[in-house]
Amino acid sequence: MRFEVQGKMMDEIAKAYFIAKKDMGAYYLKPPLISWGLMLPIVFVLAFYFRNPMGIKEVVPGLIGLTLLFSCTSMAAIVITFEKRIGALERLLLAPLAIRTILFGKALGSTVFGLVITLVITIFLIPIIGLSIHHPFSFSLTIILSGIAFSLLGILISVGVKEVFEAMTLSNFFRFPMIFLCGVFFPVPEMPYPLPILSYLLPLTYTVDGLRHCLSEDKGIIPLYLNLLILLGFVLLLFGLSLFIFKKRIRQEF
Amino acid sequence: MDAIIRVNDLTKSYGPNLAVDHISFDVKEGEVFGFLGPNGAGKTTTIRMMVGLTQPSSGTALIDGHDILREPVKVKQTIGLVPETSNLYGELTSLENLIYQAELYGVARKERKVRALQLLEEFGLKEHQEKPFQKLSRGLKRRLTIATALIHHPKILFLDEPTTGLDVMSARGLRKLILDSKKKGLTIFLTTHYIPEAESLCDRIAIIVKGKIRIIDTPQNIRSRVKEMEILEIGLDRIPDPLKNKLLSLDGIEKILIDENRIRFHTENINQVTPGIIRLFEEQGVKMETINTLSPTLEDAFVTLTGLDSELMKIDKPEKTPA
Repeated sequence: MRFEVQGKMMDEIAKAYFIAKKDMGAYYLKPPLISWGLMLPIVFVLAFYFRNPMGIKEVVPGLIGLTLLFSCTSMAAIVITFEKRIGALERLLLAPLAIRTILFGKALGSTVFGLVITLVITIFLIPIIGLSIHHPFSFSLTIILSGIAFSLLGILISVGVKEVFEAMTLSNFFRFPMIFLCGVFFPVPEMPYPLPILSYLLPLTYTVDGLRHCLSEDKGIIPLYLNLLILLGFVLLLFGLSLFIFKKRIRQEF
Repeated sequence: MDAIIRVNDLTKSYGPNLAVDHISFDVKEGEVFGFLGPNGAGKTTTIRMMVGLTQPSSGTALIDGHDILREPVKVKQTIGLVPETSNLYGELTSLENLIYQAELYGVARKERKVRALQLLEEFGLKEHQEKPFQKLSRGLKRRLTIATALIHHPKILFLDEPTTGLDVMSARGLRKLILDSKKKGLTIFLTTHYIPEAESLCDRIAIIVKGKIRIIDTPQNIRSRVKEMEILEIGLDRIPDPLKNKLLSLDGIEKILIDENRIRFHTENINQVTPGIIRLFEEQGVKMETINTLSPTLEDAFVTLTGLDSELMKIDKPEKTPA
């Protein structure tokens, strides 16, 4: 019985990997998408660097968090909406796969894309501003958990829309407030009440706080382990929510 | 032969509209079973319920012994579906599409490429194996979609309107492939609105109209149900507008089908109706060019049994997405 469950789990992980591998080959690893993914963060970094070369280190954790947020949510939302529109998502629903495997595979693909873009930006910043990663393991864990949470957010967004442009519009509806509420440019504790309450409900707050611990030895708002635990909580919550809404939507749409 | 598909009282309603209305039927192992009906009859909805894509409102179906509601993953492992629109991944090549499908269906690693190449060969796609799906012609896309559905050696192949939108040669080639697959022991369930296609491919046909099955039988038996009916076909130099109504008012004529300048009369007694028809033509000043008596075809039987105009069956659905 135990071996059967383990075998089934390995099978689901393998199939999720195949879905992610296909998405990466078909969409994510195409040069136009990679350059599109890199453009926004590079523009942000350069804008801040030229304005204040000495102060850029303060906003780097926020910029890295933003890079991850935009690349993961965009890709997950665009790919699912696009495949839904051309009927290719139906192929996945027809295959002998659990819905959770499909979601996991889709989230995995966009997370890898987001991580690649984020790592390129981080490596780019190391020689330019003398960035150093003080806790590489925690840094990796923070960006992996955040990437999965943001991809799941993208999936959640894609469930409610029919066209790719709608997915982008709806994504921005969630993403732009996060830029101002999650400590990217303004420290959360210094925000006027009740904005910090909203900030603590958003996953990017914990990504940025976690990255501050790893990149600047800043004490952050809460301890690093707590940021990681909360991000894990967001992953589980968003996965459960995506699964529930995705299943419901399939029943309505198909 | 045992039934490999058992459908029991399957129903699908969308609000007050019944798309599929309490249908029941069996499909035997190794046969080609056709669902014949006009667009909107409920054919695609039925297939989608059977393959686990649409939730039935009531009723159930067993596919190779697996309940579609309780064991959807096992059902999906047993079947291959070719949807009405060829929906493979445009960016992937023919070979990559087949290998990806093999991965999702759990085909053993060593077998994936071998099986994919074998299918490319069988379906005449070998020279297109490195072409992206989006660059293939419509006919080749259809072939690849069928090949993909067969990658995991399914027991049952579901084909939804397999030749819709194809040119004559591609449709013909595809029908041959379907018959070849049947020879290999595959059970095939297909939907179509082309009567000749159903007649040439299917061992048995279910005629479905407005979500209800009107009749299930072999094409021969369906034809023989209207054997007592006689058909008179007359070719004219022209057909004036009021002629049809006047002809229908003649005694003994059950149905009239007009195809360009030919008129088909369905009647139980040709000898009784012919003099009246000829007299009417003379009164209208139309000249008879040909006259034949015919045996009922499946199309005639379809028209008689459903009361539908066979012209309805020639209308294709608009395509959902570019294929």
